[in-house]
Amino acid sequence: MFVYFLRKLIVILPTFFGVTLVAFVFIRTLPGDPVMLMAGERGMSPERHAELMAEMGFDKPIIVQYGLYLKQLAGGDFGTSIITKQPVLKEFATLFPATIELSICAMIIAIFFGLPAGMIAATRRGSVFDHTVMTSALTGYSMPIFWWGLLLIIFFSGILGWTPVSGRVSLLYYFETVTGFMLIDSFLSGQEGAFISAMSHLILPSIVLGTIPLAVIARQTRSAMLEVLSEDYVRTARAKGLGPMRVIGVHALRNAMIPVITVIGLQVGVLFAGAILTETIFSWPGIGKWMVDSIFRRDYPAVQGGLLLIAAIVMIVNLVVDLLYGLINPQIRHTD
Amino acid sequence: MPLLEIDNLSVTFQTAGGLFTAVDRISLHIEPSEIVSIVGESGSGKSVAVLALMGLLPWTATVTADVLRFDGQDLTTITKPELRKIIGCQMAMIFQEPMTSLNPCFTVGFQLTETLKIHLGMNRAEQKRRAIELLELVGIPEPEKRLSAFPHQLSGGMNQRVMIAIAISCNPRLLIADEPTTALDVTIQAQILDLLLKLQKEKGMSLVLITHDMGVVAETAERVFVQYAGQQVEQQPVKGLFARPHHPYTQALLNSLPERSNSRILPSIAGIVPGQFDKPQGCLFSPRCHYATDLCREKPPTAGPVEFGNALCHYPLADGVPTNYPQEVRA
Ligand SMILES: Nc1ncnc2c1ncn2[C@@H]1O[C@H](COP(=O)(O)OP(=O)(O)OP(=O)(O)O)[C@@H](O)[C@H]1O
Ligand SMILES: [Mg+2]
Repeated sequence: MFVYFLRKLIVILPTFFGVTLVAFVFIRTLPGDPVMLMAGERGMSPERHAELMAEMGFDKPIIVQYGLYLKQLAGGDFGTSIITKQPVLKEFATLFPATIELSICAMIIAIFFGLPAGMIAATRRGSVFDHTVMTSALTGYSMPIFWWGLLLIIFFSGILGWTPVSGRVSLLYYFETVTGFMLIDSFLSGQEGAFISAMSHLILPSIVLGTIPLAVIARQTRSAMLEVLSEDYVRTARAKGLGPMRVIGVHALRNAMIPVITVIGLQVGVLFAGAILTETIFSWPGIGKWMVDSIFRRDYPAVQGGLLLIAAIVMIVNLVVDLLYGLINPQIRHTD
Repeated sequence: MPLLEIDNLSVTFQTAGGLFTAVDRISLHIEPSEIVSIVGESGSGKSVAVLALMGLLPWTATVTADVLRFDGQDLTTITKPELRKIIGCQMAMIFQEPMTSLNPCFTVGFQLTETLKIHLGMNRAEQKRRAIELLELVGIPEPEKRLSAFPHQLSGGMNQRVMIAIAISCNPRLLIADEPTTALDVTIQAQILDLLLKLQKEKGMSLVLITHDMGVVAETAERVFVQYAGQQVEQQPVKGLFARPHHPYTQALLNSLPERSNSRILPSIAGIVPGQFDKPQGCLFSPRCHYATDLCREKPPTAGPVEFGNALCHYPLADGVPTNYPQEVRA
């Protein structure tokens, strides 16, 4: 098990290195001049331009810039935003809870509905329920996020007026940031209605962001379950006289979870990608929206640092998932 | 009173190619503490028949029976929750593939104590004590350590012992063993068989042993049911069956036993068991039977009298020769 863990860890390091390179090159291939955008000075003299370039280190050869960047990273410094002059890590840390809150809620929705839907569909293969679930999953999976988000906003916010259109909490409330998670902070503030307000702001973006993972989880659960249900050990479980809840919910589910866990882990990457669009649509002040803004501002350090941090988080989550996978699958746990 | 009574049990599957009758009107009567054997080649519906009895077939199967009674309880009208109280407790089963029949994600202990908790309502301490006792009973060394082992850490023979321990955990009155040794090494086969017979004697339970090995039948069973292509073609006490088979199929099975063969080449039965799409019109064995006549090929036979082992044959054998056999053909 320990060797298994080490092996997974060793794979991560070169991947991380690759990400630094991709992030570094990506932002520099975009057209646009960071100095022009940042300074906002019209009719800047070439001397002034060169001065600013040198100030930010953009005058050096690109390979040297990359080397310096890596050195800086090795010291744990993710750079300083050229626009806000704030350390990238600090900006990221302030905005990250909003994204995490949104992602966790989206994932809860996806798992809470996706798992049972897939399980029931598998046990009633070919039924109306099965067909409904599979068709909805396919629709959900192929629905473009921005279109789906707008549709929900028009219906629930526009026509029904049930939910707010943007932000994390109504402006009526103000409270100190304690955890950065609006649901918890609003609850701790003790202000009447604050929690409900935070909740109502969160629900639509979570649904939008959770739709694709939900569809993927439902489909994967169904197919894994179908496979497992025809296994000999499921027959053995039934031959013991166990009820369907125990046969399906314990004996079959535990085995079906092995591929499903992997897929859930992969959805974390999908969530961050989706968060960029979702946060933009709902003006959700998280890292997704921050990344988009930084790209438009050609804020090289912010984009590089942001990409890197996101990649690191995705990789760590996948590592955790791999460990979980080893834990529920004893055959892996015992191989090393 | 027989422990198990089955009359005219039939099982039909809905398949993509239409309906397929895998078991066709078979009957079994089993007395308490009796060992019976069901023999027949692969595909003759032995497994399907007992799975139907246990209620373990998929929903594509339609099961019908005139009588299906276990220990006086009518299983045709019983509700599913009531049936679940019987199976795994009073009536238990072990399967052919020990390596895949245990759940890879749970320990031996977990899988063994499950029935103790569900059927007998034992508490944790009792469950553990009994589980160790059961593993000892089936001859597993270091039982306490094995409780925390996973199936993939044990050999096939050990896993089959665990399966047996699970099956006998609630002291069943009937144990069905569906080819319990087919997947195992020859030396292990004999050990497992001995274990089953020992347990049967100790516990006084009835044992249904499904096999296609006539040698195993000779060593173990008291009565034998011969099954072919879903039909029961003969039933007899084991001595009579080996001495005087009444159905040509039984005779052919016996002739393929190495110790009975007097030539150096083992005579096997030519051809295969008919499946869904090649069922002959008359007697199902007629394409492979060297006594077959036009009558056999045209008209399905009916079961013969008890003296002839209820042989499903137009010309049941008496002392190795077909009776009422038409003169012209004999030449
Ligand atoms: N779920 C099913 N759907 C359709 N046909 C089935 C199903 N299960 C079994 N059959 C068919 O029923 C027939 C009898 O199968 P069964 O497994 O009972 O044979 P068997 O006598 O146990 O053979 P073996 O010695 O190989 O175990 C076979 O032709 C098989 O293809
Ligand atoms: Mg079988």
